[in-house]
Amino acid sequence: MQHQLLIGYADRHTFLNRLSGSTKLLCFVGLSIIGMMTYDTRYLIGIMLFSLVIFHFSKIKYREISFVVSVIIGFSVLNLVMVYVFAPHYGVSIYGTEHLLLGNNQHYFNLTTEQLFYEFNLLLKYTFAVPLALIFLMTTNPSEFAASLNKIGISYRVSYSVAIALRYIPDVQSDYRTISLAQQARGFEISKKAKFMTRVRGGIQILLPLIFSSLDRIEIISQAMELRRFGKGKHRSWYMAQKFRANDYLALIIVALLILLGGLLFHVNGGRFWNPFK
Amino acid sequence: MQNKQSNSIRTVVATGIGAAVIFVLMKFVAIPTGIPNTQVNVAIGFLALLGAIFGPVAAGLAVFIGHALNDFVTYGSPWWTWVIVDGLIGVAFGLAKNHLKIENGVLGKAKLIWFNIYQIIVNFIGWVLLAPTGDIIIYHEPANKVYIQGVTTWIVDSISVAVIGTILLVLYAKTRTKRGSLTKER
Repeated sequence: MQHQLLIGYADRHTFLNRLSGSTKLLCFVGLSIIGMMTYDTRYLIGIMLFSLVIFHFSKIKYREISFVVSVIIGFSVLNLVMVYVFAPHYGVSIYGTEHLLLGNNQHYFNLTTEQLFYEFNLLLKYTFAVPLALIFLMTTNPSEFAASLNKIGISYRVSYSVAIALRYIPDVQSDYRTISLAQQARGFEISKKAKFMTRVRGGIQILLPLIFSSLDRIEIISQAMELRRFGKGKHRSWYMAQKFRANDYLALIIVALLILLGGLLFHVNGGRFWNPFK
Repeated sequence: MQNKQSNSIRTVVATGIGAAVIFVLMKFVAIPTGIPNTQVNVAIGFLALLGAIFGPVAAGLAVFIGHALNDFVTYGSPWWTWVIVDGLIGVAFGLAKNHLKIENGVLGKAKLIWFNIYQIIVNFIGWVLLAPTGDIIIYHEPANKVYIQGVTTWIVDSISVAVIGTILLVLYAKTRTKRGSLTKER
């Protein structure tokens, strides 16, 4: 629990840091949506390489992200195994052909090239957005993030909620730790040594103070905001908001072209799948 | 009584803090069930309370933001179908606010039983009907894999709300002043 959970923003003085938050947000959302839709392997590999190159420029060090990367790899492998266990013939039904590698047609668990290819596509889909997401998280100032949400058309009340969430996550986290230590000092065992039910009861002993203190906090903050006349105007200006510069437009155009290319490939492939077996 | 203005500020703040609490709960207090990517989710018990106090908008947005942020920092990118379904479940829990009337400080057995039947149905619609269907349409995952994830989530989430959610609702109701508990002195 000691390692840092929220991988941190730091100003690394790269062109990615200087791009406005709205640009990065739009690029990330656009690319992740098109990547979610398409099953074209060539396109996914292309985006993956593109984001890895960008990632290289962002000067993020591997040790800053090694924990997150290992979690993501674990998650993807688990999912791929589960897909294989539950549907070992899914690739065959998608691509319409069957090239056996191991086993024979009668067995439930046989291995076909189609299945391997399908799972490879899945792996790409699970991971292609990761470099982009890490870049976005680590080069965007959290305060600017709320401003950019507002800029792309989300109401400022919702943007402000996001800002509050980002601002208070560390506080709630440290509350959680404090309460947990206090309860352990009182003799509630919550480590792995204790029995399951004892752990659950210990968990609830932490949960209750955490939740009730958070409810108090909601009252206090909303009174403070009311005193400062939050929500009286139709618009709101943001201290951290950035103006669009030439680079922002350039980045948006590149990403728009990439998305267009993805859309075009739907048309070329006649659907979401690219079929190399035909 | 609060007027409309301060209610909307409360909603904004409740959304933000609620999202922060949900984020922390999803991160720290998650007990794996053995099926990949499904855990016993304590956060959804808290969601029931959040909905009952602050209504559909705050609960729906809070869980949407909290879940998306959590996916973001754990898996790199949010799994949108489940995030959206979680948001809808938050809205549904929030709609129970007017029936539960938790601010009145009275929460009888009948209301608790009604709420638990309601939440089981809501979770069923969300996790067994909507989420797997979305996974199949958007992500093109094999049907039986996503359905087994959906059914597991439905069961553990319903239990989580039934135990943690109910405890929280009862305890919160106890902290409110009962309506009509004051009598005029003669």
